[in-house]
Amino acid sequence: MTPEEQRIIQARQRSRAKILALILGGLAILFYAITIAKMV
Amino acid sequence: MTNIEQRPDVLASEAPLLMSERAASSVPMPADWRDLLALTKPRVLTLVVFTGLCGLLIAPGHISPVLGFTAILCIALGAGAAGALNQWYEVDRDAKMKRTAQRPLPAGRMERDTALHFGVGLACFSVLLLGVATNWFAAAILAVSILFYVFVYTIWLKPRTAQNIVIGGAAGAFPPMIGWAAVTGDVAALPIALFMLIFFWTPPHFWALALFVRMDYANAGIPMLPVVAGEVATRRQIFAYTSIMAVAALAPVLLQLTGLIYGVTALLATGVFAAMALQVGLRREDDPTRMGPERRLFKYSVLYLFLMFGAVVIDHWVYAS
Repeated sequence: MTPEEQRIIQARQRSRAKILALILGGLAILFYAITIAKMV
Repeated sequence: MTNIEQRPDVLASEAPLLMSERAASSVPMPADWRDLLALTKPRVLTLVVFTGLCGLLIAPGHISPVLGFTAILCIALGAGAAGALNQWYEVDRDAKMKRTAQRPLPAGRMERDTALHFGVGLACFSVLLLGVATNWFAAAILAVSILFYVFVYTIWLKPRTAQNIVIGGAAGAFPPMIGWAAVTGDVAALPIALFMLIFFWTPPHFWALALFVRMDYANAGIPMLPVVAGEVATRRQIFAYTSIMAVAALAPVLLQLTGLIYGVTALLATGVFAAMALQVGLRREDDPTRMGPERRLFKYSVLYLFLMFGAVVIDHWVYAS
């Protein structure tokens, strides 16, 4: 693996990790809201 | 092995990996998240989300905004999953078509298995979440629509018959029914009428497109109507299906399921659609570069569906209150 390839892979992994964190955070909020909404 | 050179918009910073280096490289690249998003066909999703939302808004009864939002999210995720699985299955055909050759899979920017896992995961998640958040009847319709799109349309009909989009069009007609079912737990005459409207709208919409990308379909070996039956027969069929669509469009007001606002909108918007379809039907033009009326019909058909469903919602708000 060339240094350039390594850099690109790491950049992609970083951006995917950020997006995944956002999605997981959003889902946590959504599931909390669904639970509250179904209790009302 | 994925190809990281064919995404200039996304990977400008990755440009230094030049052709020579890429040729020597054998390292599989992880898929870019933007390519995963592209797998869901975001542009198609807008119409799916809008019609699903309209079905939800006109349904009798009450749904919490959170649960309503979740229902629409699930419709979008389910449709995105179907799109991803469609691209996973059609990678060889997409590679032969100019219109689809730059999609993530045929362009080599993503492993095929990634698309399969993404599509199956998203499909299961959307159905389960819809079932938990609203009801299992709505979830079952969503599951049927995904399975119908993947197995009946993509795998079975599309490569075999020119009637592929006539029958396969049902898959795209489910969202208003799912939106309605998410609120009520059942279906009624109005969501069925809206299902029929999208069902009969699909053939003229896709055949107008197929007329000006006919060579693409022919090269990919997809038996779209213009490829197997010719241009003249397709033009005739566009007008014939537009006539049936017009009946479906006016049915809600004739059956007194909607009021005057929808009725007037349906009359005017469908009249314009029919006039454009008639123009396309009467033309004899084989050159894709001279297909102005066909392109206009295709573009208008998208606007038409937004107008019709927007009118149903406004009509409901005005006359139901």
